[in-house]
Amino acid sequence: MRYLPQTPGDRAAMLSAIGVDGIDDLFRDVPAAVLNASIDSLPDHQGEMAVERYFQGFARENLSPASAPCFIGAGAYHHHIPATVDHLIQRSEFLTSYTPYQPEIRQGTLQYLFEFQTQVAMLTGMDVANASMYDGPTATSEAVLMAHRITKRKKSIISGRLHPHYRETTETLLRFTPHELEVRDPVIGGQGGLADAIDKDTACVVVQNPDVFGEFKDLTALADACHAQGALLIVAVTEVVSLGLVTPPGAMGADIVTAEGQSLGVPLSFGGPHVGLFACRQKYVRQMPGRLAGETLDADGKRGYVLTLNAREQHIRREKATSNICTNAGLCALAFCIHVTLLGEAGLTGLAEVNHRTASLLADRLAALPGVTLLTERFFNEFALDIGRPAAPVVEALAGRGILGGVPAARLFPGEPTLENVLLIAATETVTADDIDQLVTALREVSS
Amino acid sequence: MTHERETISGARGLDRDEPLSFEQDSPGRSGVDLPAVPDAPDRLGDLRRKDAIGLPGLAEPQVVRHFVRLSRMNYAIDYGLYPLGSCTMKHNPRLNERLARLPGIGDVHPMQPQSTTQGVLRLMSELAHWLTELTGMATVAMTPGAGAQGEMCGMMAIRAAHEARGEPRKRVLVPESAHGTNPATAAICGYEVDTIPATADGRVDMAAFEAKLGPDVAGLMLTNPNTCGLFERDIIRIAELIHGVGGYFYCDGANFNAIVGKVRPGDLGIDAMHINLHKTFSTPHGGGGPGSGPVVLSEALAPYAPLPKVVQRNGVYELVEQEDGPRVGRMKGFHGQFGMFVRALAYMQSHGRDGLKQVAEDAVLNANYVMAKLQDVLPPAYPGPCMHEVLVSDKGLDGTGVETMDLAKALIDEGYHPMTVYFPLIVHGAMLIEPTETETRQTLDDFIAVMRGLVGQAKAGEAEYFKEAPTMTPRRRLDETLAARKPVLRWVPEAPLADAAE
Repeated sequence: MRYLPQTPGDRAAMLSAIGVDGIDDLFRDVPAAVLNASIDSLPDHQGEMAVERYFQGFARENLSPASAPCFIGAGAYHHHIPATVDHLIQRSEFLTSYTPYQPEIRQGTLQYLFEFQTQVAMLTGMDVANASMYDGPTATSEAVLMAHRITKRKKSIISGRLHPHYRETTETLLRFTPHELEVRDPVIGGQGGLADAIDKDTACVVVQNPDVFGEFKDLTALADACHAQGALLIVAVTEVVSLGLVTPPGAMGADIVTAEGQSLGVPLSFGGPHVGLFACRQKYVRQMPGRLAGETLDADGKRGYVLTLNAREQHIRREKATSNICTNAGLCALAFCIHVTLLGEAGLTGLAEVNHRTASLLADRLAALPGVTLLTERFFNEFALDIGRPAAPVVEALAGRGILGGVPAARLFPGEPTLENVLLIAATETVTADDIDQLVTALREVSS
Repeated sequence: MTHERETISGARGLDRDEPLSFEQDSPGRSGVDLPAVPDAPDRLGDLRRKDAIGLPGLAEPQVVRHFVRLSRMNYAIDYGLYPLGSCTMKHNPRLNERLARLPGIGDVHPMQPQSTTQGVLRLMSELAHWLTELTGMATVAMTPGAGAQGEMCGMMAIRAAHEARGEPRKRVLVPESAHGTNPATAAICGYEVDTIPATADGRVDMAAFEAKLGPDVAGLMLTNPNTCGLFERDIIRIAELIHGVGGYFYCDGANFNAIVGKVRPGDLGIDAMHINLHKTFSTPHGGGGPGSGPVVLSEALAPYAPLPKVVQRNGVYELVEQEDGPRVGRMKGFHGQFGMFVRALAYMQSHGRDGLKQVAEDAVLNANYVMAKLQDVLPPAYPGPCMHEVLVSDKGLDGTGVETMDLAKALIDEGYHPMTVYFPLIVHGAMLIEPTETETRQTLDDFIAVMRGLVGQAKAGEAEYFKEAPTMTPRRRLDETLAARKPVLRWVPEAPLADAAE
């Protein structure tokens, strides 16, 4: 077995050095009746070629966005990942190390986490950011819990235009706590009276911007309404590339910003692993969940980095910790960090502009089709259409023609009658003029 | 202490410092070339970003150098032994990386129509089959993001099961040696943590455990093999007792690698157990994640598994995203850490059931070998045999002035990543050494010789060196108090950005 270096001779010599006759003498604390259970249904070991063939079989059964025009978003986006990103994250020193418990020999990881935190704080317009969470939805759920810790209040108001995965993940985390969630209906457009619902019991208001239907809003008035009642505004961003072009949540008065970072450097990978971004105001830093890298000095007075503010965490505080999380998304945070470093100021703003104008072009083309109405007014790279008929079968028909033609809103909001005809369409820099022609033509044909 | 000659550059041969990317800014430089901006209307108007982001401009060659130089300041499994107890730092096969990146696997969008994702759904179903077969459990919840979330999923299933019977119950029993995530998880599930003491041989104190049982006990969270690296001999009796009061048995599966292919947790009476795919099944630790923490569940808890799940009907795989029932809610976005599923399944296919059994046996053999060869200088905290890791206290350093942390730092100068230190908390100056099965006997002999040599130096009165160590690393010991007292968590420009731009 190619991964197991001990030879039969090694094993015999080692057993003898230990002073036992056989390997099962070392398992003698295991009740005999359950030791060496046979597992008949599983195969024996295989060589590399056989394993690779086996996986090629899975790969062949999927339609890949690399080989089909792709207009699917809804919380994950098909972007180009520079070759450099994937090369660098596979450096052994990054890939095969763990949480930096020994900072003297982990400055590489700690420094990139410090750079990552800086990038996230800059993009979101916030003071500080942590070293990542599992993904956008879990980051958002932790933000709600944090708002309850800060305000010591019981109620959170959740926008109906928050991605349902974000809402559901938050409901799960809070299910067995004393906190209540007031969830609004998913209505396209309008503020939905969020500001009027805030009172002295409100810990926070959670909104997504751009929202799940793509609409981008000025949240300044909502932030003011929150602050007037002592509540926090949590803003979730599912498409982080938007922050290259839009007024960031920090400039609109957000107190905590969570985001899905997948769009920058992280492959779609059927939904995970992705990377959660988490940023907040400086005054709340000691209530943050997750790991934090911080700058300090070493014994020779040189600048270096360590994991810091550990007193918040489960390995110190146990049941009183700010979060139960231990592992985060280190390597995905590195991929994000490398991609953002490659882009730089000019690259990221330019990438965002290409995304926006491509989507804008596509929206105008699709809205010109008979029976199709554009429902989103101010958007970044994703918008909602009413296509005048149930969207789910249309998406299936488009897939039959080799086009990944968006997400039926009903998949996110099952049983919501007002959304049955709504189709969510995203366009990134990967979408070409030919892709747009194909979608427009195919949508006209399958709808007629 | 020997000091080398100062160089003009400050570098020492291959070792050099690397400034922050933000300190290498040349405005206008970029490491990407973008497609042309299509001619289409702007729809953002006055909500376009007004201020610069503040990101530095670097070209691709600079970016490559930056991160390669950073990488060289890191220790890694691919470089040497990484005996970080409880974390299972074993070899990460590169085949698994290649397979996770195959077109049609690594780039599939989670919201594609299911007719276009049959292969990835079949892959998830296949991994679920391996996990339930290896554990002898009824079903598996695939979605938890890592071990801590797996714990939460399992404990929420337990609470949901109690609530379905109209009695949430109050207490969860947790051994004092438990990992910090266990009590933190019990707390988020709304339970009081009641701590069970350990016996003199490092296991659950059965008398104390039985005394704590009662109708308000929701369940037990027990790591097996436990955090002292020992198999809980009374585990079947423990399961019977907790079931006897109507409670459930949550097993922390962080150490499943010690028994995979040898013992099925389902045969022990366990109701829920998370599996850290990044430990037992060798998905790369990645500098602190991503992990993946599927949870296997017994028949009793299976109805509470969260969605989404994959089912097969008439040869067609279906991702069930919505379904009525008493389930634990969604754990995270989309369908779980799929990229980790690919790597774990590749690891399983490569090893097979025969290889996985050998994995457990060699992991246990290696740990016991280290214990046997160190016990006269660093006696184990508890009598053996141990499982996949050996726990020693700092007794071997008594009177030397050298503490566990000092020994760890000296190991760094010797070219090793240290073992886990000061965990579990119940052993004074704990050192938890987990060699894993992918190390050779020669590597272990070299490590043993270094450990024995260091203890010898400590006993010979060289405490002064140990307090200074490490001395040969990119950085010496770092001031953690300073970092926590005045937290500097991000870079800030010396002049405000607006001024710098003018």
